Amino acid sequence: MITMEHVCKSYRVAKRNAGMKEACKALFRREVEVIRALSDVSFTIQDGEMVGYIGPNGAGKSSTIKILSGILTPESGSCLVDGRIPWKNRTEHVRQIGVVFGQRSQLWWDVPVIDSYELLKDIYSIPGNIYRNNLEELTELLHLQELLKMPTRQLSLGQRMRCEIAASLLHSPRILFLDEPTIGLDAVSKLAVREFILRLNQEHKTTVILTTHDMQDIEALTKRIILIGRGRVLMDGTLEDMRQLATKHGKPEEEKLEQDHMKASGERKTEQDDESLEHIVASLYRELDIV
Amino acid sequence: MIIAERNPMFAKINSGIKLYFHYISIVLRSTMQYKASFFLMVAGRFILSFNGILGVYFMLSRFGQVKGYTFGEVLLCFSIIQMDFALAECIGGGFATFTSIIRQGEFDRILLRPHGAILQLLGSKFRIDRIGLILQAIAMFVYGIAVSPVDWTFGRGMTVILMLVGGTLLFTGFFLLRAAFTFFTIEGIEAVNILTYGAKEHGKYPLDIYGKRMMRICTYILPYTLIQYYPLQYLLGRTQRWYYGLYPFGVAGFLVICYAAWRFGMRHYQSAGS
Amino acid sequence: MTNYKKYFSFFRLQFNMELQYRVAAVSGVVTQILWGFMECLAFRAFQESDFSAYPMAFSATVSYIWLREAFLAAFTTWNADGEIFDSIMNGGIAYELCRPVSVYNMWFSKTAAGRIARAGLRCIPLLAIAFILPRPFRLMLPAGPQHFILFAITLLLGLGVTVAFCMFTYILAFFTISPQGLRMIFTSMVDFLSGAIMPLPFMPERVRKIVELLPFAGMFDVPLRIYSGDLAGADMLRGIGLQCFWLIVLVVCGKALCRAAERRIVVQGG
Repeated sequence: MITMEHVCKSYRVAKRNAGMKEACKALFRREVEVIRALSDVSFTIQDGEMVGYIGPNGAGKSSTIKILSGILTPESGSCLVDGRIPWKNRTEHVRQIGVVFGQRSQLWWDVPVIDSYELLKDIYSIPGNIYRNNLEELTELLHLQELLKMPTRQLSLGQRMRCEIAASLLHSPRILFLDEPTIGLDAVSKLAVREFILRLNQEHKTTVILTTHDMQDIEALTKRIILIGRGRVLMDGTLEDMRQLATKHGKPEEEKLEQDHMKASGERKTEQDDESLEHIVASLYRELDIV
Repeated sequence: MIIAERNPMFAKINSGIKLYFHYISIVLRSTMQYKASFFLMVAGRFILSFNGILGVYFMLSRFGQVKGYTFGEVLLCFSIIQMDFALAECIGGGFATFTSIIRQGEFDRILLRPHGAILQLLGSKFRIDRIGLILQAIAMFVYGIAVSPVDWTFGRGMTVILMLVGGTLLFTGFFLLRAAFTFFTIEGIEAVNILTYGAKEHGKYPLDIYGKRMMRICTYILPYTLIQYYPLQYLLGRTQRWYYGLYPFGVAGFLVICYAAWRFGMRHYQSAGS
Repeated sequence: MTNYKKYFSFFRLQFNMELQYRVAAVSGVVTQILWGFMECLAFRAFQESDFSAYPMAFSATVSYIWLREAFLAAFTTWNADGEIFDSIMNGGIAYELCRPVSVYNMWFSKTAAGRIARAGLRCIPLLAIAFILPRPFRLMLPAGPQHFILFAITLLLGLGVTVAFCMFTYILAFFTISPQGLRMIFTSMVDFLSGAIMPLPFMPERVRKIVELLPFAGMFDVPLRIYSGDLAGADMLRGIGLQCFWLIVLVVCGKALCRAAERRIVVQGG
């Protein structure tokens, strides 16, 4: 079980001003700006749940994931993951979690994928039989057979993402954090990744926390959505709840926008559902003024 | 293995060492993917370092000696410092390139692994391409021994080893210190390079040629004389004080400070964010 | 006229970019002062070891070291423009070929701009500090007004030679698969032959006579020794003449090679 209660986190960032005069001033006196990344974030996630964590860029999504995975320490508030405080005794904690960053690779670029896996086996001290079982299962489910012998640099993005996900699951973590796992993938790879995540959640009861900008991911995978903006939890509920929230907040404008969009691009209404979901989220962001 | 099962502490160290060598083997395999480029780089570094030797050679052939040190003696000193530095860059590459590790967010991944950050940094950033510099330093060292009038005894042999180990650790310590600063600011961190690259360049001459004040700075603030000037005096038979040969042990104290700074930086990183 | 404007805009861009990294510039200045100071100390140790073997006035060596540090960013071949290398290696060069300027001229001005911007920012605090250091480590005023003028002219000529040489290393990257190692060998050679490591008079007589004829001597050695008056009279005129000669040769050859490289790209389709 994951609980976060009243978690706050802010960063201090040096201000940078353009111009020669400002530049000279900055040499002597640094102006520091405090950016609130999270203010009073609370939620609970049960074992085996699958949660979509959404919000515009800079809303505080990665800060939350970094706190939950023990990379960052919050200023105040408490956070418990399966009874552990993530940033205390980090090494024990990270043994139980898996993290996939969609925009970064954890595989070694120039050696075959399997070599990276072997290294992970040593890093996590995975017992031989468990490693073999997991590898076998992941290879089958993610269709890695052909890929394992190839160096990472030769994989396509979709292939690589499948390998990345497998890499994060070799040590059978109880919780999996997915940070934009489908970013930049083609349709086939996206579907494959989604299908796998769904299965993982159903069969192994792995808790999955997913951040994404792709609303189709959310629709396909998660029943529960946590919407975050400017460091606050704005909504915690189902997709339906989100639709209602959007209606309540500013449906008319959203519809107008949608119509404008239709007119402008002359698009047919084939993918209306997804289109409108994207629009709902966009208008929510705008209405709640969190962009 | 049997002991390992009984003693968890031992098991931890054992798995750490195993992991370290696993990292190195993977680094080697990665590097060997680009053999041509690798060998060109090694050759480049090898030739590059001859600049320094040629400079020393020209200067000493013009002046004959500097503050009483002959060419062979300077060469010995130079080669040891050079080897210290090359080994430190090779082993502690993870600290030396820490700025880019932070910048590219690789450090987050390191924190997500159930092992100490230092072990992972040392292992995953082992810089095998520094082998060119090491080879060159060895060649220079052998030549230095041949032409310098060192009266070799067991104690002097041990002193050379201590100088090498101590020097490598000292440079590694400076890299670690620099990495610790990186947690607070990435900008301007290059100034710290004067403490490492600068020491390597200017440490080719025994430090006493730079005068008394510099000697004092390099003893009490930056402990370079511990691995250079003092043991060198014993090595070259310029002093009767045999304990000068043991001065490299003092580096241990410096390392403790560097490690404390690193721990402090890590805590700051976790509380300040990337 | 518009042509000049185009090139000037590179300068402005580069200068602003350098300003962004002002903290790095400050720390660089501190580093260089310490570095130069250590070197002064080393030269003094040599002088004290054998006065008679010292080939120039000590104050001339000191000036040489400080001026070298002040203008290092402009002359060192180490920090050749990484962006240009990258564009050659990853095919971004295609964009450059689309622009309505000659590749050679554009790269030349871009490189020169980067160097002048970097050195321009750094040399002022560095020189200011070097002028107030205690003797004998103080940077002296130039030997005379005519020396200063000639110093300024030869400094610019030297920059031209340096950039023209850098152009060669760029163009070579077209023809080799892995320019890294080659570049390293090149730059280390240049460092030595240009007098960046030690002023040329410290080299043995026979070596020096050859090195002085090479294009590299024009980068550091000629301008920096003219400043202190160490290089004067006929030797100085010969130095300046060689600088001009090499600048012309390097630019002409570079342009020809560049055209060949461009053709190669067009033929091979990048």
